[in-house]
Order: sequence, then C-alpha cells, then structure tokens
Amino acid sequence: MFSRLALLLSLLLLPVGNSVAQIPMGEASTGKEGLDIGVSTNEIAITSDFRGADLTVFGAMTNADDLLLAIGNYDIIVTLEGPRDYATVRKKERIFGVWVNTDSMIFEQVPESYSIASTRQLDDPTQLPPINTAGVGIEHLALNPIGYIRDVGELSDFREAYRRLKLAGGLYQKEASGVRFVSSSLFRASLRLPANVPDGVHIVRAYLFKSGTLITQREIPLRVVKTGLEQAITDTAHNQPFAYGLLCVLIALVTGWGASIVFRKD
Amino acid sequence: MWLRHLHALFTRHVRHFPTTSSDKREIACRTRSFCFALSGSTVTIYLPIAELSVNIFIILGMGAAVGFLSGMFGVGGGFLITPLLIFYNIPPVVAVATGANQVVASSVSGAITHFRRGTLDMKLGTVLLVGGLVGATVGVWIFSWLRRIGQLDLFISLLYVVLLTTIGVLMLQESLRAMRKAKLNQPLPLKRPGQHNWVHRLPLKMRFKKSKIYLSAIPVVTLGFLIGILTSIMGVGGGFIMVPAMIYLLRIPTNVVVGTSLFQIIFVTAYTTMVQAATNYSVDIVLAFILMVAGVIGAQYGVRVGQKLRGEQLRALLALLVLAVGIRLAVGLFIRPQDLYSVAVGGIGY
Repeated sequence: MFSRLALLLSLLLLPVGNSVAQIPMGEASTGKEGLDIGVSTNEIAITSDFRGADLTVFGAMTNADDLLLAIGNYDIIVTLEGPRDYATVRKKERIFGVWVNTDSMIFEQVPESYSIASTRQLDDPTQLPPINTAGVGIEHLALNPIGYIRDVGELSDFREAYRRLKLAGGLYQKEASGVRFVSSSLFRASLRLPANVPDGVHIVRAYLFKSGTLITQREIPLRVVKTGLEQAITDTAHNQPFAYGLLCVLIALVTGWGASIVFRKD
Repeated sequence: MWLRHLHALFTRHVRHFPTTSSDKREIACRTRSFCFALSGSTVTIYLPIAELSVNIFIILGMGAAVGFLSGMFGVGGGFLITPLLIFYNIPPVVAVATGANQVVASSVSGAITHFRRGTLDMKLGTVLLVGGLVGATVGVWIFSWLRRIGQLDLFISLLYVVLLTTIGVLMLQESLRAMRKAKLNQPLPLKRPGQHNWVHRLPLKMRFKKSKIYLSAIPVVTLGFLIGILTSIMGVGGGFIMVPAMIYLLRIPTNVVVGTSLFQIIFVTAYTTMVQAATNYSVDIVLAFILMVAGVIGAQYGVRVGQKLRGEQLRALLALLVLAVGIRLAVGLFIRPQDLYSVAVGGIGY
C-alpha cells in the first residue's frame, strides 16, 4: 500500500521535477517576455540644409523577470536598416604605375545604410553572457555575391572591404552604448542618420535577448523623404528626365542671357 | 601663338562689359546683399542629384573663382570647374554632366554678342554642330559604358591630365617666349597662316559665305565630332581646342572663329545636358545654378582685372594654374589610394 502510494507520488512528481530542472531558474513564474517600441517620428525629411538627424526609439519590455533584469541578463539591440539595393565593390591594382579598378564583386540586396545601437559591446568576449547575434549587426549582414566566385579568400576580402568602407563613409554605424534603460523595463535608443542617408523606407528593428539568446523582435518602418524642392527635383530628374534636362538648359540659357543684359554696357 | 589669338578673341566679347563706376557700385551691392542673405540663413546646401550636403560658400567660391578666371583670361572655364568639383568630392558622373550645363550659361552671353556683331557664321556653325551632336551622342554612350565597367573616374582623370598638361605646357612656352620678346622690345611677329594645306584638298566642298571660305565639310564635321565626344565625357565646351584648330587647321578667318565656336558649344553642351539627364540622371540643377550665378558675377570682376594686367603675364599665370590642376590630378592617379577597394550603390546595368 505504502509502496503503491510512493510509486504514485513519484509518478506524479517525476515529470514536474524534470520540467522544473529543465527551465532556468526564475522563469517558471513568468510568461513570455514581450517588447514594444515607438519612434519619435515616423518620417524624416531631407531638407536643403539637412546635416543628418538623430532618431530616438523608445521601448518597453513586458513580462520581464526581475532577477534576470537585476543581473543584466536582458540585452536590447536596436537597428535602423536603410533601403536595400545591389552594391558593387571594386578593387584597384597598379597597372603601369596607375591605379586601375581591375576586380569587382556585386552583392545582392544589401541595406544602403545601417546603424545599430545596443545595451553593451557586441563583439566583446569578456562580457558575459555572449550575445548570439546571428543575423543582427554589421558583421552578420548577409553579403551574397552574384555570379561565379573563383576564390573564397577573395570573397571574404571583398566582404570585409565593404563593411570597412561603409563604416568609414558613415552610412554604417555602430554605437555600443546607444541603448539605455530609463527605468527597469523602459529603454531609449538613439540612432544617428548621416547627412548622406539614402531616401526611401528604412526599418527600425528592436531585438530582445535573454541570456544571449534572441527571444523576440519588433519592427516599424521609418520613411526618409526628400521634401519640397529637393523632392520635386529628384522626382522630375528620374520620372521626366527629358523635361528635367530641358529645364536645366533653359535655366542656363536664361542665366547667360540675363547676365548679358544686366552687365550690358549702354 | 594660337593662344594669343585665343586670348584676344575670347576677351573681345567679354570686355565690352561695364566698367563705369556706377555700375561697379551696383554690382558690389548686389553681390553683398546676396552674400548676407545666405550667411544669415544657412551654410550647407543639399544637392538633390549628387545626394550630398555641401558648403554653399565653397561652391559659390568655386564658381566665382572660375568665373573670375574665365573673365580674366577669356576662356570658358569648363575644364577648371569639373576637376575642382571632383576634388570637392562631387561624384565625377555628376561633375561632368553639371559642368556641361554650366558651360551653356557661360557661352550664351558671348554668342549673343557675336551674333549682334555679325561675327558668327551660322552655316559653318551648323555643319560643326552636326558633327558635334553625333560626337556628343557617341560620347554619352562611351560615358555610360565606362561607368558600367567601373573605369569612368579613371578615364576622366586620364583625359584631363593629358589635356591640361599639354595645354599648360604649350601656353607656358608661348607666354614665356612673348615675355622675352617684349623685354627686348621686339615687335611680335604676326604669322600669317598659309593659304592651303592637306585639309583643303578633301572632297565634299562647301561654300561658307560669311567666313569667305570654300572648304570641305569632312574636317569640319570631324572636328565637331571630336569636340562633341570631349563635351560629354569631360563636361567642357572645348573652345580651347576648337578655336586653334579652326584657325590653324581649317584656316577659317579669325574674326568669325570665336562666335562660331560659341554657337556650336551652346548647342552641343545643351544637347549633352539633355542626354546626360535622360541616360545617367546626373545633372544637378542646384549645383549648376549656383555655379552659373557665381560664375557670371565672377566673370565681370575677372574682366576688369584682366584689363589691368599684361597679356603675356596673364597667359603665364593661366598656364601655371592649368598645369597645377593637371599635376594634381596626375598625382591622384599614381599615388597608392588609401583604400584599394571602393563601393558603389547598384549592380548590373545601374
């Protein structure tokens, strides 16, 4: 009887005990963590005096575990990804003393701009737990070449050059401490848009990591538009190139003709 | 020798501009208020086609400086504007197309003057223009092709280096010789071009009444064609090559040469602007307009300073300037770039 009872109890307890052992401490009591974000603006205007802009992303973590929060096991990464296009990387070589583009590689559909902000240094191995940033960050952007690649070593050189040049040109940016917690669950991320930011639809993405593992992400679009005259000029130049060319010529003719009248010796 | 002609001919049409003191004051006021208005509001301006923000004063300064020089020396200025824009990090594609647009403005007033004076051979200009339009079309095609294979920047630099150093050396030689002669008080020998050369034995002869010349259309069309190619690849008017070629190769009377070449330049640069806008979307109207306005104003002051300086000294100065720009571009070709790699947006057929 007793042994039966013991068996029954152990059968009842066993799966419970197992599941408790499998789940990391402290999570059993909470539901799944969530993430909500909002942006200070959903449209950035490139005006004639545009010198870059700052974008502030606000966010809140829901259902966060207090203990993990206290020991800093939650990490947030916020990225701003520009519109995608093909990118051509060229390499120069010396031919008869002159530096000539000899080799090139085209990468398919990479973001023209990319900025990333995080709660802590992403590529610092001394900080634990390490964040598994697969797919997130400049180092993990998919750079797939088009066409036949002869040399794999060459491919990594071109990839490395692409990232280096984009970072140097300011179109790709990373800021290690760009995300700050305002309260225990509220955070604020600041991202910088460079002066030469491409126009189009950008995407703000926020990723929540728990103990280095990605658990959820959110995204919202951000439109970067040329405004007023700039917009009109770009639109006309691309949609009605003939009319635009004609306008350029007319302006030149009027300026030249006007000058001959204004400065005319009477 | 041809440079003296060139200088004299070009300055003739510019020099009739105002020099009275009241005019001077008016122009000074105009420029000053213009500057105040700008400094009060903003310094940087966004160029919609070049897609970057630039310091407006640097662009204005560039336009005014090149305008000043073109007024002073009587040259078009396209061959200085384009390299300067490239030095200032404007993409060469945009610099060339916008340069061509700017040349339209700087050639118009001169052509109007020549038309009024009757020193413009329409028929000769039209024949030149036929070659020029074909040349510009071919040039834009070459331009797009070079851009696609990634050799455009190199090719533009190479062409400029060859052209600027050649012209710079020739001008320097010529002006130094003239200065030496002037010191010895020798009269300058006026070399009369011979009456006939191989060019005049070609078939398809045409009569050009205004120029009082009976000439084959082949060399005229060919010259127009070559200048047309240069216009679309380099963003220059090409007057600095066309004028001497017309005088010394085609033996066209000097009084109609500048007017006729300006007539051809307006149409070819206007056409190039249109084609570049349609195929490469690379004409930046904002940049072009700033350069035009500054250039036109700068030219007025250049003319006045030019009148006070001696011709030989002026040409020696211009020669040194042209050489300096050429050498600066040449150095850029030979020194190891900071990064051997470069990135361009777009893939196949962009």
